[in-house]
Amino acid sequence: MLSDQALAAIAAERRKYPADQARSALLAALRIAQEEHGWLPTELIEEVAQVLEIPSIQAFEVATFYTMYDLKPVGKHKLCVCGSVSCFLNGSDDILAHLQKRLGIGIGETTADGLFTLQEVECLGACKDAPVLHLGDQYLERLTPEGIDALIEQLRGGSSDVR
Amino acid sequence: MYVNGVTLKNRGIPDSHRLSVYESTGGYQALRKIFSEQVTPEQVIAEMKTSALRGRGGAGFPTGLKWSFMPKGVSGTKYLLCNADEGEPGTCKDRDIMRYEPHRLIEGMIIGAYAMGARAGYIFIRGEFIEPIRRVEAALEEAYAAGFLGERILGQDFSFDLYVYRGAGAYICGEETALMEALEGKKGQPRFKPPFPASYGLYGRPTTINNVETFASVPDIIVHGGQWFLELGKANNGGTKIFSVTGHVQRPGNYEVPMGTPFPELLEMAGGLRPGRSLKAVIPGGTSTAMLAGDTMMDCTMDYDSIAKAGSALGAGSVIVIDDSVCIVRVVERIARFYMHESCGQCTPCREGMGWLWRVMHRIENGQGRAQDIELLLNVGSRIEGRTICALADGGVAPVVSSIKLFREEYEHHIRHGQCLVGQRRAA
Repeated sequence: MLSDQALAAIAAERRKYPADQARSALLAALRIAQEEHGWLPTELIEEVAQVLEIPSIQAFEVATFYTMYDLKPVGKHKLCVCGSVSCFLNGSDDILAHLQKRLGIGIGETTADGLFTLQEVECLGACKDAPVLHLGDQYLERLTPEGIDALIEQLRGGSSDVR
Repeated sequence: MYVNGVTLKNRGIPDSHRLSVYESTGGYQALRKIFSEQVTPEQVIAEMKTSALRGRGGAGFPTGLKWSFMPKGVSGTKYLLCNADEGEPGTCKDRDIMRYEPHRLIEGMIIGAYAMGARAGYIFIRGEFIEPIRRVEAALEEAYAAGFLGERILGQDFSFDLYVYRGAGAYICGEETALMEALEGKKGQPRFKPPFPASYGLYGRPTTINNVETFASVPDIIVHGGQWFLELGKANNGGTKIFSVTGHVQRPGNYEVPMGTPFPELLEMAGGLRPGRSLKAVIPGGTSTAMLAGDTMMDCTMDYDSIAKAGSALGAGSVIVIDDSVCIVRVVERIARFYMHESCGQCTPCREGMGWLWRVMHRIENGQGRAQDIELLLNVGSRIEGRTICALADGGVAPVVSSIKLFREEYEHHIRHGQCLVGQRRAA
């Protein structure tokens, strides 16, 4: 399932570590696989293990331990709203409620068109910019319901650069 | 006052993350000074000790002392790691150092590698921090191209390679030995200590690990001297420190001020409270530190010793301000959820205990609290503390126990009346 490009990226990660420590590249290899495929089905995790020449159980342990790996399909845009204390004190519950209403889905669910997945996550480390949302390679900060509406419109319109 | 003077000095300058800007403001002069004045590794460590710099990741361990633990004269690779797995609720300073001052971090690590004889290093950045990751990776490329990293740095008999390692989502990786496990491609579960990393760290090799802000403090200490840094702060609490002030303030942000700055001054810098509100409580060092009453906090200065004397800890300088608009039970229930979610599952008291604390908090908050629940929380807490491999569980107990001490009447009101004493009731 992995493309030549992904295999090359994994090989580049391996070179960061001593030759006998291929396992160190595992977290990166799973990320590269997920970025290419959208999520991590069982066969893909097994393939990553084969590429790194490690037992597949080691790859499964890691894939199920860390929260950034998706073991089920997710929407094109995964909206991860921080609900930890500084965001909570600044209205993250209202942001989450607004998103649920707006998208017509609950937390952890994906819209029928496959465009959006909504998640509540723990601290994103951007507490001074609360409330915060993690979307792809961006953080969106100091969220308001109006800003959320504009964001959803932009994403529906096909733009993913929403800063 | 010396505001934003050391690790975030260049934050306001355009393109401060670029090598050219860093060098034009004195960047890499510390490294050049070490070579031109033939400063020995021992002298670097002595300067660090003089500075009284203490670990900025939360534990506050003296950095010079930690560096002196690295064994000398051993064969094979020694490693230097940077903990950039910032994720304790309230903490958001390392992200800004990496976004605005990545070269200051890198220079600090190169100097550390020189002082301890490390041949390779990794900067472990949490996986969600894409922008900081890109900034640091770009800065590493620039540093390699300029001869600050790699073989024979600046023509000297000293080589050091440095890489970025991306986390994948787990607060526990901020615990130093869990971070090493993750770096080895495993689940981030803390190791028993001893052995300590200086003797058995990454790949079982001698390893030293420091926080981003700690490393970023190093170049100025070398340029201006340990005594200069010490005098920015106060005895035993050297230098400036970034305080991330968040929660119920009008200008939340990172404020880098001298150690020993009175809390009321810091609060004022952060814009003060919202109109008409009064200060109810403050969590001074991130959610793993005990909550303090607002009045107590107003008498504190921002340094390790003053906050410890008041019964809490400075932690990573993550100051969470809570005003009188919110119910403490609601706040602590939310904090308890974090620890339940982030427990790595290795130690039974934590794996079971964090969930237990949250479930009791949750039922109190939702009007189903029982008369004995306060005692139950204290009892469960006392059976968790000190019984786990790492400090995560103690950190999860602290907000519960400290808030009961301070705001017992809010808990009692909740249990008796099924609702908050103050603030809005949670929507059903």
